[in-house]
Amino acid sequence: MDMNGGQALVKALEREGTEVVFGLPGGAILPVYDPIIESPIRHILVRHEQGAGHMAEGYAHATGRPGVVMITSGPGATNVVTALCDAYMDSIPVVCITGQVAYAAIGTDAFQECDTTGITLSVTKHNFLVTEAQDIPRIIHEAFHIATTGRPGPVLVDIPKDIVDPRNPRSAMTWYEPTDDIMELPGYRPATAGDPDLVRAAAEMICRAERPVIYAGGGILKARAAAELLALAELIDVPVVTTLMARGCFPDSHELCLGMPGMHGNYTAVTAMQSSDLLIALGARFDDRVTGRLDGFAPDAKVVHVDIDAAELGKVRTPDVAIQGDCKLVIADLVEALRACGGIDAQADRRAWRSQISGWQERYPLVYEQSEPGELLKPQYVLEVLRDSTPDDTIVTSGVGQHQMWASQYWRFDHPYTWINSGGLGTMGFSVPAAIGAKVGMPDRMVWAVDGDGCFQMTAQELVTASMERIPIKVALFNNAYLGMVRQWQEMFYEERYSEVYLSYEIPDYVKWAEAMGCVALRVEAPEEVAPAINKANEIDDRPVVLEFRSSAGENVFPMVPAGQSNSDIVVDPSQR
Amino acid sequence: MTSTGTAAPADQAHRFHTIVTTVENKPGVLARVAGLFARRGFNIESLAVAPTADERFSRITFTVDVASAPLEQVVKQLDKLINVVEISELSPTESVDRELMLVTVDAAGGRRHELLELVDDFRAYVLDANQSQMMLSLAARPSRLDEFEERLRAFGIAQLQRTGRVALPSLDS
Repeated sequence: MDMNGGQALVKALEREGTEVVFGLPGGAILPVYDPIIESPIRHILVRHEQGAGHMAEGYAHATGRPGVVMITSGPGATNVVTALCDAYMDSIPVVCITGQVAYAAIGTDAFQECDTTGITLSVTKHNFLVTEAQDIPRIIHEAFHIATTGRPGPVLVDIPKDIVDPRNPRSAMTWYEPTDDIMELPGYRPATAGDPDLVRAAAEMICRAERPVIYAGGGILKARAAAELLALAELIDVPVVTTLMARGCFPDSHELCLGMPGMHGNYTAVTAMQSSDLLIALGARFDDRVTGRLDGFAPDAKVVHVDIDAAELGKVRTPDVAIQGDCKLVIADLVEALRACGGIDAQADRRAWRSQISGWQERYPLVYEQSEPGELLKPQYVLEVLRDSTPDDTIVTSGVGQHQMWASQYWRFDHPYTWINSGGLGTMGFSVPAAIGAKVGMPDRMVWAVDGDGCFQMTAQELVTASMERIPIKVALFNNAYLGMVRQWQEMFYEERYSEVYLSYEIPDYVKWAEAMGCVALRVEAPEEVAPAINKANEIDDRPVVLEFRSSAGENVFPMVPAGQSNSDIVVDPSQR
Repeated sequence: MTSTGTAAPADQAHRFHTIVTTVENKPGVLARVAGLFARRGFNIESLAVAPTADERFSRITFTVDVASAPLEQVVKQLDKLINVVEISELSPTESVDRELMLVTVDAAGGRRHELLELVDDFRAYVLDANQSQMMLSLAARPSRLDEFEERLRAFGIAQLQRTGRVALPSLDS
């Protein structure tokens, strides 16, 4: 069938199962926006391209399907770079289509031209510059294949205007079905199963370990291996820590769950890893926020490291057994190998380890002091009420900073894919657009964006998108008038010399701002107002809601491992010292 | 065979690594490969790129001066590039390497005979000549090229261009 490149692009996206595209049109991508009118694909018109990128990430994280972005050349492309880098750091499958100036004009400093593939080279898993209309179905198929297989990640496809513009003869092409056998990717062979000998070696090491900890990372969620992880932990009765990227992959309410490790992890999770004699690292990458000072990290632990990406094995910590493979398959094989070894009966005696762990849990729970009458709200309290007033499978997104850490600490994640945040890149402003993307992908689920006042001001304009597109997300905005995490560091490490961290409680007026963007908005200042406000928000399902929680400015996140120090130097809440 | 040049000192030998990659013969692939080195602050000592017998692929041979551990990480990262089909590190003892040099030397009057003797000794070639200068070529082991270059300095080097080394694994004995 003869068609033009623009039609072929839209048809190719449909063939890949695309239900929704987050985007914003402009000169170079205009010809593709014409056939979008006839397409069943839903287009969400964003207010800034960064928002489109984070929406695609939220959508992908919540649904497991790749998020699709479509934007124009030049500033459109540069605006999405932050979101691409975010997706790259957190291994989120995103396909980003960018318009480009006509092929013959590339390199001439044409209007709205930039070197998009050059700029995004180091923040994408791969990118393409398409030069012929005939290649479009194949390259789109390759882009989706690369984005979603192996270690997932963002893939960008840059499309010159002439090959999609029906008025240009270069856009003529003949349609063909994009199937796997037409892909031309001789250098791409994503790993699948692990080496059985290594799996057996890992099983034997696990059986002998007296103080093992399962260190579950975001790779568990990417591999959709939550069920396998549960089977493994229960089979051998070994405690599990879930990293910031992995929250929800193992139920927080499970007795084996120790919660989040790392810089603001809870005492037991951090200390169990420190004292462990075997870390079973599954889809985790020994991030500096988890390990603290590396030479002091888990000094007595051997390491079994499973990852689909060979470059993670030995990158930070040299493993004793390194298995390259998909976590879902490798963990299933590991469970089989452990059963063959004798299952629970073959495990070393770990009674002392278990009682040590429960001792830590008893002595060092997460704590905060409730506010005195007349004081502003404690964010921890608000998060507890929010957690207890929302359905179990509520999806929570977050920005970056104190509110993010409190949300991860105080929420109870009992289902995978209910926690969506910016882990690796630490992108302020992630929360609102990610929540919109998640809600678009999971319209029947309640979606709460937990956000800080600094973050909110970076991407709040996407609430206009949410209002216009009837995407009823809810925002819990913690207004403490500060860039809170930076303020905390200045208090603790810069002798309380506060430099450029004060924002103000009053400006902007968040309630008026949210209302101007079409949201229902409420300001909450006292503890007794918290639950009623949340209940009211939960009842609204036809527009976005913003609850502004006026929060105490001096509150710090504890526990904390100060940057550059060993996890053994963890600083607990002042009341526990 | 011509006589071998001076062997590199042991502490230097373990730092120079020859990496050979087979890549898709497409625009931008070299930038992707080079970018990974640049990001880590590794300097590429020499680089040679050309299509293989199968024109869909090119072979990139590069020499880098870096410790082994960070290099292993870069090799793994290179392997992740979609356009990189194959990658290997060639050990100096199990590979054969060659490099080509073109050099224009001052060769006026009296020293021309002496220069031609040197050309003979090294099995180099004279590619071009005029009253005052000669252009020479030599394809040999990189260390041999170093030696030749050193000897030519006495005559005065006007211009010099080396290709960067290319290498293939030795044949099984």
